[in-house]
Amino acid sequence: MAEHLPLDLPEDPKLAGNITHFARALRKAGLPIGPGRVVDAIAAVEAAGFTSRRDFYWTLHACFVNRPEHRTVFAQVFRLYWRDPRYLEHMMAALTPMVRGVQEDRAPQAAEKRAAEALLHGADAPAPNQPEPGEDEETAIEIDASLTMSKEEKFKNLDFEQMSTAEMEAAKRMLARIELPVDPIRSRRTMAAVRGRVDPARTLRAAMRRGGEMRDIAWKAQRPRWPNLIVLCDISGSMSQYSRLILHFLHAVSNAKGAGWAKVHAFTFGTRLTNITRHLQQRDVDAALKAAGAEAQDWEGGTRIGRCIEDFNRDWSRRVTGQGAVVLLITDGLDRDDPEALGRQMQRLHLSTRRLIWLNPLLRFDGFAPKAQGITAMLPHVDSFRAGHSIASLEALADVISRREDVGEKDRLLKALGARI
Amino acid sequence: MSDTSNIDAVQKMLADQGYVCGRALGTVVFLALRLGRPLFLEGEAGVGKTEIAKALAAGLNRRLIRLQCYEGLDAASAVYEWNFPAQMVAIRTAEAAGGTKRADLQAELFSDEYLVERPLLQAMRPDENGAPVLLIDEVDRTDEPFEAFLLEALSDFQVTIPELGSIKAPEPPIVVLTSNRTREVHDALKRRCLYHWVDYPDFDREMEILHARAPEASDALSREVVAFVQQLRTEDLFKKPGVAETIDWAKCLLALDMINLSPEAIADTLGAILKYQDDIQKLQGSEAKRILDQAKASLEPA
Repeated sequence: MAEHLPLDLPEDPKLAGNITHFARALRKAGLPIGPGRVVDAIAAVEAAGFTSRRDFYWTLHACFVNRPEHRTVFAQVFRLYWRDPRYLEHMMAALTPMVRGVQEDRAPQAAEKRAAEALLHGADAPAPNQPEPGEDEETAIEIDASLTMSKEEKFKNLDFEQMSTAEMEAAKRMLARIELPVDPIRSRRTMAAVRGRVDPARTLRAAMRRGGEMRDIAWKAQRPRWPNLIVLCDISGSMSQYSRLILHFLHAVSNAKGAGWAKVHAFTFGTRLTNITRHLQQRDVDAALKAAGAEAQDWEGGTRIGRCIEDFNRDWSRRVTGQGAVVLLITDGLDRDDPEALGRQMQRLHLSTRRLIWLNPLLRFDGFAPKAQGITAMLPHVDSFRAGHSIASLEALADVISRREDVGEKDRLLKALGARI
Repeated sequence: MSDTSNIDAVQKMLADQGYVCGRALGTVVFLALRLGRPLFLEGEAGVGKTEIAKALAAGLNRRLIRLQCYEGLDAASAVYEWNFPAQMVAIRTAEAAGGTKRADLQAELFSDEYLVERPLLQAMRPDENGAPVLLIDEVDRTDEPFEAFLLEALSDFQVTIPELGSIKAPEPPIVVLTSNRTREVHDALKRRCLYHWVDYPDFDREMEILHARAPEASDALSREVVAFVQQLRTEDLFKKPGVAETIDWAKCLLALDMINLSPEAIADTLGAILKYQDDIQKLQGSEAKRILDQAKASLEPA
């Protein structure tokens, strides 16, 4: 929770301005806040009075937060924003490249880093000739949404591997907003509906309540059911840059409540298979990935795809692939084991799932040909083969994940394979 | 009429009703009363979301109207319904008596007399004690169309009945919505409300709650019970025990005349705090003793 320091703030008209700027900082940190909420917040602060820091905190909290996972972010932004304005300048200075090394030594608390970046994004360190903080009238911070449309397009097609640290952060923010929509499967059970088939039982029950007079016909429709999503993500050395971002994406998908997927099961594999589903359910993305990283011992090691898929088929397949699950396999397919065994395990996996989609970051190269043994062995056993190296490619995945007829690049590559043999 | 002019007064009013609330919740409740906004409470089951509406109603001496949501909830059971059998009887009587004009009959049939009011409409009606408290419980269980309907009702505090016209609340009711977060409620609805996530209380607050709700429990037993439950919440459980479970458990132990906790006592009464077989299995044997020892150790310095 925020530590409550004594407040040192200007008079009322500026307070409204400061609340507005505070809202902008929160928006930057990912909280969905519209202007209506800002007006509410100012009214609420007027109603509750501006006496103690704790009340002020909870007043703004009531207006600005409406999801539990936003509480930590709010606490951190609040702590950074509503403190002595002079302190903010120290913070800004601390973020200049010269001191950055020191700054990074300290492991940031979950959400703190994001909050700090949201506050300080686009704000330069104060110029030396700036007036003393005491005389400084406007303490508000300028935040600039700097990504214009065309830049954004370019950025979306940028390879994850070629991104700078700052671009990586921007990519993570964008990934958190991508949704992976899914079409429901129609189950055999029915539910009350506005239109559909006649529900004789309910119609008659309603009629009995009216003394046998039938007035409305009750309808029923098949209850939709959403499939599970299973993700097998390669975290070996050759995939390191991609898998970290993909895990960010996975976190967003598994925490998007109400967006579709009944349940998202996530596994990582390198030399051994690890189930990280539980860790990804933590609301804060940094905390979740830290826990997942601690669980998976084989980060950036070698790959034994065949063995890991065998483990999955033996230990997990029956428990999680039922009821029409879709499997997303994310790997570059560079495997050193026996390709025949790998092919067998892939076939088994393919047969036990409704749809198997392979995301391969190597596919970004135009001249990509399935030369590696592992790829040749795996390719015939997937439903769809797609690239997964940039935000644009993940968005393309979102468009087609529900389309059963989509095969991605599989046909083209199989043809190339056939020609070569 | 209780005083609700500031946050302290609201906290005190709730405390008088046996509802111990933190400053955070007190602030939100105060704002909801002052700004006339609905209050949206989310949290795990058993942390006292529903209780707050009851305490508010009792503290302000208002009527409590509860709308329990469920899948397939429709306007007929949430807003109003015409009393069809009674209308039929009226028609038959009119037929037998003869001589009634059609227009008169129609006016009579679609009057308040034949209207069955459901919770939302009841809440719009004036009440001699002031606007009622409307509790819309577990709103996450309804479907989205009903949520959209609520949106309209809660922004204008008005419902429309085609035969009678719009009915507008003279004084907006105090609305409390609760959700267990089994699905995400739409942002448009949340945006109109003041949001608060009700968390598990800390040790001191839970002690206060236990004192208020189970005053017959001795201080030593209460401390042990609360310390044990607090420790239990840090364990990796499928469903963590809520405050309601703590109170139930303390009452169970009292009924069995226990004066302090022992591993055997815990094993006998575990069903009061843990409701899943997996969790109970986990706490069989030495595990319960380990948590109890930890809980007792945490009490030592106090």
